[in-house]
Amino acid sequence: MKVPLAKIAHTRSGDKGDTCNIGVIAYDARHYPVLVRELTAERVKAFFGDRVKGKVERFELPNLSALNFLLHEALGGGGTVSLRIDAQGKTFGAALLRLEIDISE
Amino acid sequence: MIHQPPNPNPQPPRFAAPLRIANGQGFWGDWLEAPVRLVEQGPIDYLTLDYLAEVTMSILQKQRQADPSLGYARDFPPLIGRIAKTVLDRNVRVIANAGGVNPVACAEAVRKAAPGIKVAMVLGDDVFSRIDEFLAKGYCMANLDSGESVTKIRNRILSANAYSGAFPLAEALATGAHVVLAGRAADPALALAPMIHEFGWSETDWDKLAAGSVAGHIIECGTQTTGGNCQVDWQNIPDLANIGYPIVEAEPGGTFIVTKHPGTGGRVHSDVVKEQLLYELGDPQNFIAPDCIADFTTIHLEDIGPDRVRVSGVRGRERPADLKLSISYANGWKAIGTMVYSWPQALEKAQVADRIVRARLASLGLGFEEIYTEFLGSSACHGPVAHTCPDPPEVQVRIGVRGYDHKAVVRFTRELIPLVLSGPPGATGYGEGRPPVREIVAYWPALIPREEIRTSIEVLG
Repeated sequence: MKVPLAKIAHTRSGDKGDTCNIGVIAYDARHYPVLVRELTAERVKAFFGDRVKGKVERFELPNLSALNFLLHEALGGGGTVSLRIDAQGKTFGAALLRLEIDISE
Repeated sequence: MIHQPPNPNPQPPRFAAPLRIANGQGFWGDWLEAPVRLVEQGPIDYLTLDYLAEVTMSILQKQRQADPSLGYARDFPPLIGRIAKTVLDRNVRVIANAGGVNPVACAEAVRKAAPGIKVAMVLGDDVFSRIDEFLAKGYCMANLDSGESVTKIRNRILSANAYSGAFPLAEALATGAHVVLAGRAADPALALAPMIHEFGWSETDWDKLAAGSVAGHIIECGTQTTGGNCQVDWQNIPDLANIGYPIVEAEPGGTFIVTKHPGTGGRVHSDVVKEQLLYELGDPQNFIAPDCIADFTTIHLEDIGPDRVRVSGVRGRERPADLKLSISYANGWKAIGTMVYSWPQALEKAQVADRIVRARLASLGLGFEEIYTEFLGSSACHGPVAHTCPDPPEVQVRIGVRGYDHKAVVRFTRELIPLVLSGPPGATGYGEGRPPVREIVAYWPALIPREEIRTSIEVLG
């Protein structure tokens, strides 16, 4: 069964220079393996398309039922250089909640 | 950091645990009432205040260049004036990185605002005047993101500070000062310092130092850990207007509880704390602080009661050989202008307006590093992944330019308002007039060997 990520996880995003980080946290620890299986760095990179110029890295935090993504070259130069309304990537986490993932066991 | 001796800690631990450490400022510009409420609405032992973001130091450096008595967080001295009586009555001690690039002037201003307050300063993090010395020693201070040598921007540097750790702050606490002021102390160090001071932790207690750094990370952004900016059940988080700022109740063994004063708004729950733990996080196994490296994959959270989350199990490793440098430099100019178009065909009108402005800029022969346009109301935040909204009621076109030619950027700011009469129908929302031109102060993260940074303590009062 496919559902938007929002059904099983919440997110918070922020910046480090031109890199955006997105923390993705499963509401229920039982869904953490689904996140690990479905939410790969490649899928996140493909989801954001040309918004993310650099690579996407993924880190696992099983203790928090969470994944952390680093989206490199994603903020138009970042910080004070960027001309974007969301130069700090504050809304990237919410954007990712749209991603459809398969939650079948 | 070099200390003589490394960690004097001459006082025996004062406190029967737990030690209550609060944070009343997540950034310079955070709620002015927060620190006042924290000291008045319940017991705390230490009040930390984080005023510095990555480019704040450069703004302060410019202020000091214009006026040698400035260069610090100017909200801080009046705040201390306002809470001085309460902190003295209740024996609360304040730790802040409000000193910016001029801790001495900040300390003097605090003494003027609150004459009974003894202030200790941590000095030595400001290395603006030592860049050439470092280069001569062979330190290239390469940009941690791009790898380029700092020589590329040498002539445009506006400020340079080392992120100092918690041990100099603990040394300053050992003087008995009511207020401890630092320049660019690392954010998590503000909360770790009182634990070192009160519990007598050593420079090699890696797990405990990591736990204290995690505590600092959890509270450093203020209410982001008590229900602010929280996605989980956000509509039902109570009374955000009176949101409580975070408090950690720390134990000598390195465990702690995250909470807030009773009767305040917001929510402390493991879901909320998880969001903050992940905020601005890089590699979770290598959270690098000046005093240790913390492993975020060892953190154990437990909800032990309403608005109480227990944090335990934190493991740490030896601190890195280098300290991080925060260098800022002038990087050209930018301006951003907007115009609003209403239904019908709001998006099409905004797109035509953008094309007109770009055509006029091109015909003027103006060169920019970048011209960037967004359409607010039509996927500016989420870009191509946003859902589409056919014929929205209004759209704001937002055009930004940046470049090294100041005159070109100024001319751009003259090219928007003419659209009111000469572009698509129904332009509005231009009441603010021409947009301001801002200097871009960019951030250059780098490393410097720890032994190059020598901090010292000075006391006023």
